[in-house]
Amino acid sequence: MNAINRLMTSAAIGLAVGVSSFAAYAETPANMLVIANRIDDVTTLDPAESFEFAGADISRNVYNRLVYLDPLDLAAGYQPGLAESWEVSEDGKTITFTMREGVTFHSGNPVRAEDAAFSLQRAVILNKTPAFILTQFGFTPENAEETIRAEGNKLMITTDKRYATSFVLNCLTATIGGIVDKETVMANEVDGDMGNTWLKTNSAGSGPYTLGSWKPNESVTLEAYADYYDGAPTMERVIVRHVLESASQRLLLERGDIDIARNLNPEDIAGVMEADGIKIEDELKGRLMYLSLNQKHPELSKPEVRQAIKYLIDYEGMKNSFLKGQYTIHQNFLPATYLGASEEAPFSLNVEKAKELLASAGVEGLEIETGVREAQERMEIAQSLQNTFAQAGITLNITVGTAKQILARYRARELDLYLGAWGPDYPDPQTNAGTFAYNPDNSDEANATGYLAWRNSWDTGGLGEKVDAAVTEGDRDKRVQMYQDIQAEFREISPFAIMFQQIEQSALRDNVMNWSTGQAVTSAAYWQVTK
Amino acid sequence: MTEQTMKQWLLTDTPTSRRHAKISAFYQGWLSFRSNTMAMIGLGILVALVVIAAAAPLLSPHDPYVQDLGNRLAPLGTDGHIFGTDSLGRDILSRLIYGARITLYIVALVALIAPVAGLLVGTISGYVGGWTDTVLMRITDIFLAFPRLVLALAFVAALGAGIENAVLAISLTAWPPYARIARAETLTIRSSDYISAIKLQGAGALRIITKHIWPLCISSLIVRVTLDMAGIILAAAGLGFLGLGAQPPSPEWGAMISEGRRFILDHWWVATMPGLAIFTVSLAFNLLGDGLRDVLDPKAGE
Amino acid sequence: MTMSDDNNERRPSRAPLSATMWPVARTTIRTLGSIAVTLLGLLFVTFIIGRVMPIDPVLAIVGERASQATYDAVYQQLGLDKPLIVQFLYYIWDVLHLDFGTSLLNARPVSEDIARVFPATLELATLGIIFGVVLGVPLGVLAAVRKGSWIDQVARVLALVGYSMPIFWLGLMGLLIFYGILGWVGGPGRVGIFYVDVVPSVTGLILVDSIIDGNWDVFRDAFSHIILPASLLGYYSLAYISRMTRSFMLEQLSAEYVTTARVKGMSEWDVIWKHAFKNIRVQLITVIALSYAGLLEGSVLTEIIFSWPGIGSYITTALLSADMNAVLGGTVVVGLIFILLNIFSDLLYKVFDPRAK
Repeated sequence: MNAINRLMTSAAIGLAVGVSSFAAYAETPANMLVIANRIDDVTTLDPAESFEFAGADISRNVYNRLVYLDPLDLAAGYQPGLAESWEVSEDGKTITFTMREGVTFHSGNPVRAEDAAFSLQRAVILNKTPAFILTQFGFTPENAEETIRAEGNKLMITTDKRYATSFVLNCLTATIGGIVDKETVMANEVDGDMGNTWLKTNSAGSGPYTLGSWKPNESVTLEAYADYYDGAPTMERVIVRHVLESASQRLLLERGDIDIARNLNPEDIAGVMEADGIKIEDELKGRLMYLSLNQKHPELSKPEVRQAIKYLIDYEGMKNSFLKGQYTIHQNFLPATYLGASEEAPFSLNVEKAKELLASAGVEGLEIETGVREAQERMEIAQSLQNTFAQAGITLNITVGTAKQILARYRARELDLYLGAWGPDYPDPQTNAGTFAYNPDNSDEANATGYLAWRNSWDTGGLGEKVDAAVTEGDRDKRVQMYQDIQAEFREISPFAIMFQQIEQSALRDNVMNWSTGQAVTSAAYWQVTK
Repeated sequence: MTEQTMKQWLLTDTPTSRRHAKISAFYQGWLSFRSNTMAMIGLGILVALVVIAAAAPLLSPHDPYVQDLGNRLAPLGTDGHIFGTDSLGRDILSRLIYGARITLYIVALVALIAPVAGLLVGTISGYVGGWTDTVLMRITDIFLAFPRLVLALAFVAALGAGIENAVLAISLTAWPPYARIARAETLTIRSSDYISAIKLQGAGALRIITKHIWPLCISSLIVRVTLDMAGIILAAAGLGFLGLGAQPPSPEWGAMISEGRRFILDHWWVATMPGLAIFTVSLAFNLLGDGLRDVLDPKAGE
Repeated sequence: MTMSDDNNERRPSRAPLSATMWPVARTTIRTLGSIAVTLLGLLFVTFIIGRVMPIDPVLAIVGERASQATYDAVYQQLGLDKPLIVQFLYYIWDVLHLDFGTSLLNARPVSEDIARVFPATLELATLGIIFGVVLGVPLGVLAAVRKGSWIDQVARVLALVGYSMPIFWLGLMGLLIFYGILGWVGGPGRVGIFYVDVVPSVTGLILVDSIIDGNWDVFRDAFSHIILPASLLGYYSLAYISRMTRSFMLEQLSAEYVTTARVKGMSEWDVIWKHAFKNIRVQLITVIALSYAGLLEGSVLTEIIFSWPGIGSYITTALLSADMNAVLGGTVVVGLIFILLNIFSDLLYKVFDPRAK
């Protein structure tokens, strides 16, 4: 029939148009670095406020700090950055930095001691989430002008008491130590916000890259800063593209549309290993996966039960299956590679021992609730725990929710059991010791949600004073020993079962060299990368 | 009664009682439905689903919750695990079989809640008219105009994740179209001579709605619900997929897909098997719905 | 819910809204009034939901490590200490001044965010619906004309599969085959990396912008990226549109006038297109409009799989982080579109359908 033939033809043409191809095998340009990463956690680019992983990556490449960590030699610790050198006063409370000459911001303004002082004061006065990294040294919005001050080419900071110099300088390598261009920032001040609103979406740094654009949940583009004092970076343009699915990241990498995929799951890592032209690089990160027991629970607060739980975790089984390659067993609160870190891992799955411990505590038919945020690996860990707990007669009910939902309940001390992750904020042992083993006021009224020990209603059994002592100890070896001792005790008595430390597996096209995600101490750096 | 006379009794043109007439009409509908092969296939699949769900402990080769981390992601056709194993080494076939119970549970609950709510709102709105109608229909419009996913997600997020809340959330997004249908039907029926006659006999509004309007609305609603069932299953799976439906370790099919999608490039069966299960059941509901439409509501179909 | 959004558009079964008064001015006022009331209701319900949700917007902003002082400061800054109704009135006041507030999560004006994400969805949905209509309508007509033939069976199977298939699976498989293995189409994202921000954004629709700019490389690249997700969405609307077309056509073809026309010796082509098809136009447009509205809500799963920065995933992300300004803004846009498309199809009814007059 005529009508039908005509119809068929038009349909066929439509189909042909739909299927015809336009894309060919691609390779990214030689001067451009393209990275697939999850960047949906970026909420602000202001270094005084930014506190999430992807935001820290941007900050590290856009803002310089007084001291910096060399991505090619992170083990060397802090190195002179915008500060050329520094001196410590005799009482150990004042550090005087001498600023590097001839460095300019992206705006062309020179980097002065005044800018450095402004940046640190600003972070203290704004008092955003990461401000504690600075305020723990006794800086307050009221005293900031006296304790942080510029004189000519020098910047002086005075702490409230004597701290290990390494502790202070390590804190300055964190994102909050980023130095901003005072003139540019204050020109964009609105209602006395010290430029906070403007800096959330713009940049005013002196780092190797300038911010090209940030489209939330879409992409971040960085452009090389031609006048960078240490030489302009090789990669003239860096694009970080938000790709949520591991499978999508893998396909992009295999097709050569991106240079680096940062969020491949173990199965996709195993898959790309077989592909041509792709290599995998492992870096030990600082992030720990832990399980904590709410001490308000009458049974969970018994010492034997705390011990028993630690024997009911299938560390090996998980590490070798769904966490394969991406987590390693670690049972102490200081991540490996940190000063004072311990490799001791006395616990393994031992159902019989756990049963004995539970019996000696007189615990039977225990039923507890855990909150887990909606992320595959955590749900799998929770289900594995559910499985091994059941073998000792403990019923574990899993409640899944969004990250914020679960976190809110944890902070309100409502969960029996919390499955969490914790990453250090700056490369000094105090960062974790000061939250896992420190809780000066355990009352509900204290509302000290910043301390993990408080969130689990744990009074730290006297560890708090030892943490206080360790942070002011000037002798490095003594300090190491002190942290070792704290951790040994913590392992046995604390309601925390630290389980794993993260390994970040980046999958790269094999022409990418010198890639660094910053290991356990910092975030990703792009300026040293070559192709 | 012999088979022959039974059949004659059922197919009679001159029913002896109201009940007889009803049964007879039902039987004739069944005969015409039975001749529709596709619809029968659909019905067959659903009956099988009910049987599988009921006999899950007998049919499943393994405990659906027992983990074996040493034997995870085993491929199709592995000894003892025909459909392979999932990320925690659990038998996928057994999980699918137990998951049938959850699917049936969801389907049954939504099929009870959403159309009933829609029927109530729609008939009241249509029968009472006036301001009541305006207000109720405005509310219906608001819910219709809502982005569905926002409504459902928000609802589940508000009440907490879990299968009952997922069912409520789905019902909340599903009722407005039923209300519209019921209202339209009510408007048609209300003005008919038959209702006027009943009114003259002194029947009250409540009696008219429950005894006379509802029964007439039900057939078009049943068709619509059956056709919507596939969408409802997929919606429940979608919530499970986003982690807001059934909680682990429950073998809900949507949650299974969600768990398995990470391996889709190398271990495709982990997500595909529950996907196929959902597909099969949705398909069955669609086939059944098409068939029912032909029988119950010929004017709406072909 | 997302799967149902992708797979099952609302099947229209709605009676046309009040088909009573015709004078144009009066109808217009009534229509505008009902839009306003519906939108207000929409906002109010969304607002309530935002408040009862146990997701803490303050925590979403300050993060896990915040001290209580920081937390309290942000709490006040957001005005959360004021009574709910006051907050709502403030919000409505701002909206009346076309100010949707700033997103809590990325500190930008919500209107700016929506101007960025909505065109992405619009582009995808439009291409999808074109695909669905261009293939679905002829398929439906054909299936009706040749009822019971193999082509009818194929159309039926296509539709049933479309109704019943989880979209993410089809999406990932499509990506694997056409992008990963065959390399026929572009990968996830709207445009290849080297073409990001190459053409100036005029409409926000990359395909249109690249034509305006005359940059055919960008156009080709953008097209190769959009074709797969658009086909996928198109397939799901095709399933629906072809089924509806078929049943509308069957109804017409069995009508008396068709028989008369055939007896008079009119060609089959004319019978189908000039008579039967002409009569189902209005119904069909309603169906298409509703499908389109469904697609414009944004299909989250498709957007996630194809890294498509559209409004569906925007609203979802915002919702799960309690970014209520963003959720409200997105809801208004999506709701408004739905209402407008509805009114549009109601109007068509009134204009073209003699029975409705």
